[in-house]
Amino acid sequence: MSKITIDEVKRIAALSRIAITEAEASAMAVELGGIVEFVEQLQKVDTTGVEPTSQVTGLEDVWRPDVIRAKADNISQLDLLRNAPQQQDGYVKVRRVMQ
Amino acid sequence: MIDVTRPIAELARAVQSGELTARQLVEACLAAIETKSSYHAVLELNAAALGQADAVDTRIVAGESVGVLAGVPFIAKDNFLTLGGHTTAASHILKPFEAPYQSTAIAKLEAAGAIMVAKANMDAFGHGSSTENSDFGPTKNPVDPTMVPGGSSGGPAAAVALGLCSFAVATDTGGSIRQPASFSGVVGLKPTYGLVSRYGVVAMASSTDTIGPLTRSVADAALVLDVMSGQDPADATTIERQAEPYTTTWRSGKAKIGLIKEYLGEGIDPEVKAATLAAVARFRAAGLDVEEVSLPSLDLALACYYIIVPAEISSNLSRYDGIKYGYSAPEAKTLAETYDLTRSQGFGAEAKRRILIGTYVLSSGYYDAYYKKAQAVRTLLIQDFTKAFETYGVLIGPTSPITAFPLGQKAHDPLAMYLADLCTVAVSLVGAPAISIPSGHTKAGLPIGLQLIAAQQDERRLLAAADAAEALLQDRVVA
Repeated sequence: MSKITIDEVKRIAALSRIAITEAEASAMAVELGGIVEFVEQLQKVDTTGVEPTSQVTGLEDVWRPDVIRAKADNISQLDLLRNAPQQQDGYVKVRRVMQ
Repeated sequence: MIDVTRPIAELARAVQSGELTARQLVEACLAAIETKSSYHAVLELNAAALGQADAVDTRIVAGESVGVLAGVPFIAKDNFLTLGGHTTAASHILKPFEAPYQSTAIAKLEAAGAIMVAKANMDAFGHGSSTENSDFGPTKNPVDPTMVPGGSSGGPAAAVALGLCSFAVATDTGGSIRQPASFSGVVGLKPTYGLVSRYGVVAMASSTDTIGPLTRSVADAALVLDVMSGQDPADATTIERQAEPYTTTWRSGKAKIGLIKEYLGEGIDPEVKAATLAAVARFRAAGLDVEEVSLPSLDLALACYYIIVPAEISSNLSRYDGIKYGYSAPEAKTLAETYDLTRSQGFGAEAKRRILIGTYVLSSGYYDAYYKKAQAVRTLLIQDFTKAFETYGVLIGPTSPITAFPLGQKAHDPLAMYLADLCTVAVSLVGAPAISIPSGHTKAGLPIGLQLIAAQQDERRLLAAADAAEALLQDRVVA
């Protein structure tokens, strides 16, 4: 019995915004189940009173003035738009949200 | 015959003095890339390389001092944003992407006179240990083309070993520089987290992604690190570099070397273990003080890594939505379909696996049990390393528990593939620097790497120790 069911795979695929077929979901359930079973060995470790790590080099609150960087890279709006699959009048074009 | 495999400092001096031209070096690389194309180390040539070489040569003729990397040709892993061509991270979803700006690391190398000749193959987005997860086909091992070159920086490692360039730059998130260096028989350096800016590099796991060189010698690695390192206002996680240059000349009192016990136990190939012990025997014969040391939390590192890193991957890869850039599913009719179909068609199997695992461990009801637990275990790892560095200047062990394996052998067994990173992930989680140097080879002739690890920001000690070890291992040990 896999650690992760086919229904759970479908649920997390939906959360991840990845369309998935029945066959893929069933293969993934086995693969992901194996990985989750492997990482579950951490459950046995006593971490009482151990603070979780969130940053490893000790940097804190790196501030900068809230201004546009002095065109360091010379990136124009057009340069950024060039890669958008669909665009119109200087905007990124998005497919309809509502029917 | 132009030899691009000479020491980098020597090549730069030769170009600056007029003994060689940058054009000759770039042409030699382009010819080698063509001749060795069957290894599939390279994804795309830099069409501007010859023009950049001519510009360097013109400046030198005009009497200008170009920089410490004058005319030196290099190859960049394809997850560095570079101008004038594609940046794909070897993924279908980024196949059409042309970067609108350049990564800081590449900009610094070019400012020092180096010339990028090509972009190198990799496991898509850096997810893998063999380069077989490239959406454009695997790279072959430079020593034996029936074997994998390691990964995810298999392309850069093979490129350096095959003499396609003088050095390569790559990323290391859990061993992606060190492990392919070990499999391909070259030097691979992963610096302290934050020492080299990640600005303009395709993100994998933001808390462990680092940038470093693959080279033919420790001295070359030091020189490239020296050029790339330093704070960058565009990457808030960068740290201050040391004022002194990163060289191999640092000298200390006699700091002890710790041989990591956990990296010689279960799961380590007998030939890798034998080569590691043979290297230790040489160090001891040379008068170095090597002692066995135990870091008990290391046994947990791989499990810890495969929670934290997929979690960060699932967040970082959410940006690929078929709208802003990259591939977009043409048949999608609604916004939701654009997301679902683009990501389904654009991501390979391993990227999907990691996104799904990451989403699972971060999802409601599981967060504390997996992600928070793993971050606490990470603290235990940091404590173990901190304690070890109170006694030892440098820690050593094998870079990978195994040597290069046949193409296809582990391609369909993700967990078996993950085990190739057994000895590299812990260092990534604690943010320390480490280097892999060639130490020997198996009876079959496959390269074996030795890993040296130092405390955060102790690169100068690490490089000096690795340089000394390199000299003692000049005649490689045979396992």
